[in-house]
Amino acid sequence: MSDVADRVRKIVVEHLGVEEEKVTENASFIDDLGADSLDTVELVMAFEEEFGIEIPDDAAETIQTFGDAVKFISEAQ
Amino acid sequence: MFDLTGKNALVTGASGGIGAEIAKALHAAGATVGLSGTRVEPLEALAAELGERAHVLPCNLSDAAAVDALPKQAAEAMGSVDILINNAGITRDQIFMRMSDDEWASVLEVNLTSTMRLCKGVIRGMMKSRWGRIVNISSIVGATGNPGQANYAASKAGMIGMSKSIAYEVASRGITVNCVAPGFIATAMTDKLNDDQKETINKQIPAARMGTPAEIAAAVLYLASQEAGYTTGATIHVNGGMAML
Repeated sequence: MSDVADRVRKIVVEHLGVEEEKVTENASFIDDLGADSLDTVELVMAFEEEFGIEIPDDAAETIQTFGDAVKFISEAQ
Repeated sequence: MFDLTGKNALVTGASGGIGAEIAKALHAAGATVGLSGTRVEPLEALAAELGERAHVLPCNLSDAAAVDALPKQAAEAMGSVDILINNAGITRDQIFMRMSDDEWASVLEVNLTSTMRLCKGVIRGMMKSRWGRIVNISSIVGATGNPGQANYAASKAGMIGMSKSIAYEVASRGITVNCVAPGFIATAMTDKLNDDQKETINKQIPAARMGTPAEIAAAVLYLASQEAGYTTGATIHVNGGMAML
């Protein structure tokens, strides 16, 4: 779990150019981390690549916070 | 003038007069080309003529599953799709009051919906590489309308609106989306017209002649180039002045 969280955090930090401390459990990509809607598409693409999983569009729409992403990926693996 | 060395371009409708000329122009500028179309024979012939850097990728654009698979096949064959030219199109002319649902739907499916699917399929890779060029071949008819072509005109106008919307969304990722709208172009189809018919057409054109496929390909080559990076959401009308838009 923590391994997944670390890898997800690293992608978010790199992609959105935010400080690591800001990427908290409930941090919303769009509202708190400054992502636009296309950034969220790119984040999902990066998660798919990093973890070798497929995230369908309807599931991708439910991933709005850092915690959502970690939870979804942990369950998908 | 334009150098596309190292770029991979997918061209639909490459078996037709305009599509083949577009493929040749991109290839001559150094690009690797993926030649798509329904008729394999002319695609093979064109690939043989071009020699290296040419791949044949047959696809029936009225088959949604085949269309969804095409960007992946193209990326596997060439390594990536950096340039997409949606050139394929069909007509099923009929006066509007007699136009069947099927005549409407089949033209929209091939001309507009398949273009949408292919755009979606290639943009993922373009977003990652932060570079992409999409050129959709519309038509003068999409802007002016034409009797007997409500379905075709709707599909070609639809392409323009869709291209502008996608252009907005992906501009920040180095991807441009533009249209080229040909007027009357001399192809195998217009060769069948008799001299009187040709004269009637030419009278409507300030340039007093039909265009050539090479003149369409030149506009496409520009939009596909590195140099056109700041041109997006545009439509280049190549019609001899027939409609000055």
